[in-house]
Amino acid sequence: MDSIVVVSGLEKTYASGHRALKTVDLTIRRGEIFALLGPNGAGKTTLIGIICGLVRPTAGTVTVGGHDIVRDYRAARSRIGLVPQELATDMFERVWDTVSFSRGLFGKPRDPALVESVLRDLSLWDKRDTKIAALSGGMKRRVLIAKALSHEPDILFLDEPTAGVDVELRRDMWAMVRRLRERGVTIILTTHYIEEAEEMADRIGVIAQGEIILVEEKAALMAELGQTRASIGLTRPLAALPAELAGLPLALSADGQTLSLTIKGASAEAEAGVADLVRRLSALGLDFKAIDVSRSSLEDIFVDLVGKRS
Amino acid sequence: MNVYAVRAIYLFELHRTWRTLLQSIATPVISTALYFVVFGAAIGARMTAVEGIGYGAFIVPGLIMLTLLSESMSNASFGIYMPRFTGTIYEVLSAPVSVLEVLLGYVGAAVTKSVILGLIILATARLFVPFGVLHPVAMIAMLVLISLSFSLFGFILGVWADGFEKLQIMPMMVVTPLTFLGGTFYSIDMLPPFWQGVALFNPVVYLVSAFRWTFFGIADVNVGLSVAMMAAFMALCIGIIVWIFRTGYRLRN
Ligand SMILES: Nc1ncnc2c1ncn2[C@@H]1O[C@H](COP(=O)(O)OP(=O)(O)OP(=O)(O)O)[C@@H](O)[C@H]1O
Ligand SMILES: [Mg+2]
Repeated sequence: MDSIVVVSGLEKTYASGHRALKTVDLTIRRGEIFALLGPNGAGKTTLIGIICGLVRPTAGTVTVGGHDIVRDYRAARSRIGLVPQELATDMFERVWDTVSFSRGLFGKPRDPALVESVLRDLSLWDKRDTKIAALSGGMKRRVLIAKALSHEPDILFLDEPTAGVDVELRRDMWAMVRRLRERGVTIILTTHYIEEAEEMADRIGVIAQGEIILVEEKAALMAELGQTRASIGLTRPLAALPAELAGLPLALSADGQTLSLTIKGASAEAEAGVADLVRRLSALGLDFKAIDVSRSSLEDIFVDLVGKRS
Repeated sequence: MNVYAVRAIYLFELHRTWRTLLQSIATPVISTALYFVVFGAAIGARMTAVEGIGYGAFIVPGLIMLTLLSESMSNASFGIYMPRFTGTIYEVLSAPVSVLEVLLGYVGAAVTKSVILGLIILATARLFVPFGVLHPVAMIAMLVLISLSFSLFGFILGVWADGFEKLQIMPMMVVTPLTFLGGTFYSIDMLPPFWQGVALFNPVVYLVSAFRWTFFGIADVNVGLSVAMMAAFMALCIGIIVWIFRTGYRLRN
């Protein structure tokens, strides 16, 4: 597949001596939504900062659309839009002016129609003449997104775009991300809301302590590392597991009231496994009063992965 | 050349000036007017002419210089310090712009503002004392050159400063004293010989002297030497700025 950002052997040691990145290799594919997950201090912002030109790498290279970010920084940077983690905005400027400023800064001629459509997309049109200082935090974040999109980038970095954002705005933002992807924009985001990554991303990367510990298609990741648990509440307690059920990934609770089945892998197989168990129970005449099936989330996988390392 | 970026930064900076028009233009004009009332009219009337020029007129170039230096520095330093302070600098650092383009934008705007201010003060002064300008073209050139040098210096200051105090300490502690002692209110020839020698180590002496020459055709030090000093100072500033962007000093981690 066509790659758009290629990170090789990237290392970053801050002046304080802290090693924020330890040899990171990563390839982002054109047109995908890539979610970068990792605990606080893992190095997500540092990695994004290096790609965007805010942080100087200690070693390694990055190319964006084939252009080296240091040697050929103009070509590389003009394709990137960045929405930073911190809310940094001018205070006294008006929304329209600050968005137009960003477009010029990235080397694009004035285009009021385009700025208008960006503002409308983000429900900022009514606020175009408002001073940024007078906007709420969520609105300021929209302004940052509008600035990042003002020069029609091919690649959009969203560093925790939904931190401190209400449900509605979050939904709007994801709708916008989907629209952008339909237009062919590659999106790289970091988030601590794992359900978001689960819902949105095509691929997921996990970074911990400055190392990428996993990069996987989301579907494959869920299939490989996901698991399904079924808890079956029995009407009459059992003393032991019946021999007929031996060989299944089944456990009986200490009080003999609950059978729990754990199946690893994709959800379709797991569901079939649950159905099979139910049929067997009926055949054995074991009555049950409740069935609770749950599928592990990306969050469980993530906590598990990161937990194992530290 | 990313001309759109230069224009964006330049207009952004001028717009900031426009927003704070009162403090940007009115404050220096008022303080200069006060100098003229006190030194020009009140005290100047009792002063003898310096080298054949009335005292009121004699101090005009120095007073313009006083404002020009501090305004160029504070404008340019503020222009780059504010985005660092608020964090909006991320945008400039992630943009496809070169050092030259950043300078043309930030420093260009500071120079524009200083030159306009210098001309306004010149016009204000003309209301208080009569004087002519002997070499108008050289005068404008000098105005631009000096604004440019000190705006570059201010830019460095704005990158170096890590607090508002530091931003103000250089103009207040260094430049204002040097300007006062740099022959704004007197000719170097009026000093005892020893202090004349000391004065030659004050860079502002060269600026005031050359600038006064464009007005009256008289100079404390050789005009060519003054221009050479200015060029050297400017080259030094540019060198430091290029180094700043190369190493990312205080801009990129
Ligand atoms: N300017 C800096 N100087 C020294 N250390 C830094 C600097 N910036 C970041 N670090 C350190 O580098 C590590 C990675 O920081 P980074 O901001 O990349 O983490 P992150 O994954 O984005 O975390 P979060 O989820 O909290 O945003 C942290 O330990 C942080 O303290
Ligand atoms: Mg971060």
